[in-house]
Amino acid sequence: MTMAPLETINLPHLPAELPVFVALYRNVENAEFLRQQLLAGNTEYEYALIDASMVLSRTHAITAIFRAVNDYLNNRLKSRNVHSEIVFSFLAANNIADSFRKFGIADTTKDLLVVKVPVSPEITHDSVATHLEASIKGTSVKFDDQILSEISDMAKIKKVYKLGALPTPGAKQASGTPDDANRRLELSVVGAIALRGS
Amino acid sequence: MADDYQPPALPSPFTHTKPAPILLAQGAEAHVYKTVSLDPSIPAALKIRPSKPYRHPILDRKLTRQRIIQEARCLVKLVREGVKVPAVLALDWEGQGGDEAGWGGAWLMMEWIEGPVVRVVLEKWEAWMKVNRSSLDATRISQEEARVRGLIRRMGSAIAGLHKAGVVHGDLTTSNLMLRTEQVEGETLSMDGEVVLIDFGLASQSTQDEDRAVDLYVLERAIGSTHPLSEPFFEELLIGYKEGNKGATSTLRRLEDVRLRGRKRSMLG
Repeated sequence: MTMAPLETINLPHLPAELPVFVALYRNVENAEFLRQQLLAGNTEYEYALIDASMVLSRTHAITAIFRAVNDYLNNRLKSRNVHSEIVFSFLAANNIADSFRKFGIADTTKDLLVVKVPVSPEITHDSVATHLEASIKGTSVKFDDQILSEISDMAKIKKVYKLGALPTPGAKQASGTPDDANRRLELSVVGAIALRGS
Repeated sequence: MADDYQPPALPSPFTHTKPAPILLAQGAEAHVYKTVSLDPSIPAALKIRPSKPYRHPILDRKLTRQRIIQEARCLVKLVREGVKVPAVLALDWEGQGGDEAGWGGAWLMMEWIEGPVVRVVLEKWEAWMKVNRSSLDATRISQEEARVRGLIRRMGSAIAGLHKAGVVHGDLTTSNLMLRTEQVEGETLSMDGEVVLIDFGLASQSTQDEDRAVDLYVLERAIGSTHPLSEPFFEELLIGYKEGNKGATSTLRRLEDVRLRGRKRSMLG
C-alpha cells in the first residue's frame, strides 16, 4: 500500500511563506501516546490533532484552519498557539476546553487529521513529514472529500453545530437532491465557524 | 475624477491575495470585490466596510463591527433555513491592517453567485419589447408577458421564504435580487433560474408584519420607478408571496396601510 504524502496547502489570501501542512491518517494505534505528548506540552508534538470523524469535508477543515491562521497573523489568538487555535476554530462557541473535547484527539481516536503551520523557519515540509512518519502509527490516506465522507460521523457533527433540524445528507430527500443537503450542511457549518465570538 | 479614484487600501489579509481582488461596486458603506474563496478554483464575493476617517475611531469600529456581524448573522441563518442567499465563507469584524492607522475595515467573504441582477434582466426585456412590440402578434406578446410574470412570481416566493425564516431585507430592489443562471450574452436574457437575494447590509431579524410589508412596498415602488412595463405584473409577486407563506394575509393587509402612508410611520399621534 502506498502512503499518501504530506500535503502542502497554500491558502489563498494568506502569505505565500505561510503554507499549511496537512495529513490524514486512518487506523491510528497510538492516539493515547499522541494525546499524552500534547498534555505534557512536548513541543516536538505541537500539531493540531483533530478527530477526523468530526470533519465533514476539506472545506470544513480549511475554513477552521484559515480562521486560526488569520487570527494568528493578526495577533489575536485565544489559545496557546496557532495549533491549539486550529482545534478551537472548529467550535462554534467560545470554549477552548470544549473544543478539545469535541474536536481534539481522544485516546480512542482511530481517524486523525494532523495540521502543522510552519511558524518558525526550521519547520519545513521535510521535517514535518519525517517526524510524522516516525511518530504516528497509522495509515496515511489522501485528504479529500471522498475519504472524509467515509470517516465523518454526520450525526455527531450535526449535534455539535446544533444543526439537527437540517436534512441529513445521503438520506432520501422530500425536496432537493442529496447534494443540496450536503452543501447546505457544509455551508451552515462554515458560517458557524466564521461567526464564532461575534 | 472617476479615473483617479483610488479605493481604500485593502484590510489584512487581502494585501497578500494574488491576483488582487477586483473592485466591482462601491456604495456609501461598503466596497464589493470579486476574488477567490479559500479554494483558489472557486470565486467569492468580498464585501469590505472600510473605516470612515471622519468618524471617531471608537465609534467607527463599533458601528462597522455591529453592522457586518448583523449582516453575517442574517445570511448564516438564511443558509441554515435553506433560503437562497450567498453563504458566508469567512468573516473578520476586527479588520486589522490596511492604512497606517492599523484599521482597514471589517470584511465578509461570501459565496459567488453567477448570473445577472433582476434589474438588468427586466431592463433588457423592456428595451427589447419597446422595439419589437409592434411587430409581435398577440400570442407572442402574451408569451413574453408570461415569462416576466413567472419571474416576478418566483421573486415573490423567494421573499416569502426570507420572511418565513424571520429576516427582513430592509432594501429590496431589483438590484438586490439575482437570477442564478448560465447566461448567454444577447439583447434579451433568459428568465429561467433560481432567484437569489443579495446585499443584507440593512437586513434585520424581524417577524413583524410592518417590517415585512415595508419590504414588499419598497420593492413595489422600485419596480414602479425602474421597470414601467413590468409594473402591471407586480400582482404576481404577491401571488408568489402568498403561495410561499401561509401567514401572508396579515402582511398583505398591512401592505395596504403602508401604501397609503408610505414607508415611514407617521410621527404624529
